[in-house]
Amino acid sequence: MSGLKVKVTAVEEVAEQIKHFSFVAEEGFTLPYFSGGSHVVVAMDIDGRTHRNAYSLMGPTSDTSCYQIAVRKQESSRGGSVFMHENVLPGAILDISMPTNLFAIHRLAKKHILVAGGIGITPFMSHISDLNRLGYDYELHYAYRSKEHAAFRKEIETLCGNKAFFYPENETGRLDMTALLSKQPIGSHAYVCGPDPMVNSLEVVAKQLGWPESAIHSEKFLAPASGAPFSISLLQSNTVVEVPSDLSMLEAMEAAGIDAPYLCRGGACGRCEVEVVECDGNLVHHDHYLSGAERMAANKILPCVSRANCSRIVINL
Amino acid sequence: MTFNNETFRGDFSFKNSPESVKRFPFPFQEDKYMYSVNIEPHTPGEQGSVFEHPIDIDEHYVAECKERAIVLSEDHTRYVSLPHMMDAQWDMVDLIMTSLSDSYPSEFKLTKDGDNWHWLNKPLGIEDSFVFGDTSTLPMEPFEYISRQVQGDWVILDQRDDNLYADLGVVTGQADWAVAFDVGMSFSEWHAPVPHAPEMGIFDRALKYLLHLQYGSPVRRTNWRMCVNPRLDTSSETYDVWGTDNVSATAENAGDKVFLRVELQAMFRLPRSNAMAFSIRTYMVSIADLATYPRWAKRLNRVLRSLHPDLSEYKGLNSFKQPVLDWLAPLDDGAFLEDGVHRE
Repeated sequence: MSGLKVKVTAVEEVAEQIKHFSFVAEEGFTLPYFSGGSHVVVAMDIDGRTHRNAYSLMGPTSDTSCYQIAVRKQESSRGGSVFMHENVLPGAILDISMPTNLFAIHRLAKKHILVAGGIGITPFMSHISDLNRLGYDYELHYAYRSKEHAAFRKEIETLCGNKAFFYPENETGRLDMTALLSKQPIGSHAYVCGPDPMVNSLEVVAKQLGWPESAIHSEKFLAPASGAPFSISLLQSNTVVEVPSDLSMLEAMEAAGIDAPYLCRGGACGRCEVEVVECDGNLVHHDHYLSGAERMAANKILPCVSRANCSRIVINL
Repeated sequence: MTFNNETFRGDFSFKNSPESVKRFPFPFQEDKYMYSVNIEPHTPGEQGSVFEHPIDIDEHYVAECKERAIVLSEDHTRYVSLPHMMDAQWDMVDLIMTSLSDSYPSEFKLTKDGDNWHWLNKPLGIEDSFVFGDTSTLPMEPFEYISRQVQGDWVILDQRDDNLYADLGVVTGQADWAVAFDVGMSFSEWHAPVPHAPEMGIFDRALKYLLHLQYGSPVRRTNWRMCVNPRLDTSSETYDVWGTDNVSATAENAGDKVFLRVELQAMFRLPRSNAMAFSIRTYMVSIADLATYPRWAKRLNRVLRSLHPDLSEYKGLNSFKQPVLDWLAPLDDGAFLEDGVHRE
């Protein structure tokens, strides 16, 4: 995967438990342009293990001198946000992925309704810069617990003017989704990013009001192809290859000098398909190639994207 | 780099130099052909090959740009652009100018001072200063401007509703289709006429893969067709002009008159618009030139002989396939050919 090396230039606490990070490109790298709603995956070395978290890019999409993300510290999480808060200081060098957008605006929408809860404001910061530049009709609705949690409110007021609406829960109560969605013109698209109950509530209300499913967007990140480590026994080559958590089966075999077949490296072409002879756990398929019946049979796998939740898998290669 | 003075119509003076034949992207891995999701990462290939650079320029560059200008002046509907694709238009200006000036610094030069860009295209004698993002500073729409300075057809796809829509494009060298007909169609709609591929699940898989295509990781595939005379513009709109060519091939003239045309299709995610650029770069070689390399002649003979009748019909080969087979037959000794597209 092609990626970027960046240096942290500033870290600022912008609200309770929320830190704002700025990155510039390291020598030899150029930060590409990106579209509103894009994210990057930040790789962190935590106790010798590579940990990957996806964060939305917040800056104006026209600014390629500096990337910005915001991270909310989540004590209960796997440790990525804690690491970002406690270990990542100005001057730190990070590996990040190229920007990817799985939360893009629908360019034919009549109107764009952006609904954010808490730290879910981050993808909309870049959306706003695109929507303003393109002159598209939009509204931003931003809910948060109390004014101490209202990250970026000042910037939003400046950027959006009267298109932004704020909902501090301790003052106004919860955002009324029915009231919000029922007054929107036909052809509107709604975009939501926030806690699960908020996303679900918007989806349920939109459905009740007869919005087409395709007009509702919630933020998605690129699923990391990582997982627990396991080992592959190669029947024909008579060798064992260890698959660490951050490499695909194909990458691990390649690193071990195995000349495994491949073409697309994205689970579509089927060229790398290999027979599974034995597995002491479950196959975890991430490809678009195998049929439902083939998955049920559990005797084939595409090592470019799929892995196994097991200690040992035997393949015919 | 030297550029041929040649035509793709009228006297058909198009010709490949021996170097150009040598780098022809021969598409047949095996002695038989069927559709597959033959997509692979568009990583730099060996020096001198058509895969060396993200966007390939060759000896036909100037003549192909002239041909595009002729087609557009006769029928401007070969350029289509829907209003929501303006970000994608500027992405294309960036992609093409950056790629050409990086790959061919002695032919193309791009200088940037913030949004003030200066573009020098020596082979075509074009030099312009413009403000990136400001359409009024170019003589025409940004994508039309830059697409007149690059080989190959381009279709730019907007990604929405988990599909890809052909909403911007310049198509002047197409193998029997029409962009004015396909504009606004989804990925599945414009592929619908391809025989057997839909039931093989090929387009569903390719679409899912392409929806996740990432910026900085372009991919490519090849497709192929054949034509009588080196005519780039075999569009559906002008079938009346070129259709009769197809019955002019004989066993005697097929070597010089019939061309294998290979489309190198590269796909790039565009950064500002999140759209996808789909390029269709056509390479043509006469059967006689191809036979410079006996391996290629034998393989083509076998592929054509065993081609599924529905594919032969869809690819428009039926009225001249037999003369080509008659011409190739004496060159095929039946020797075993290992898999691979390489020359001798």
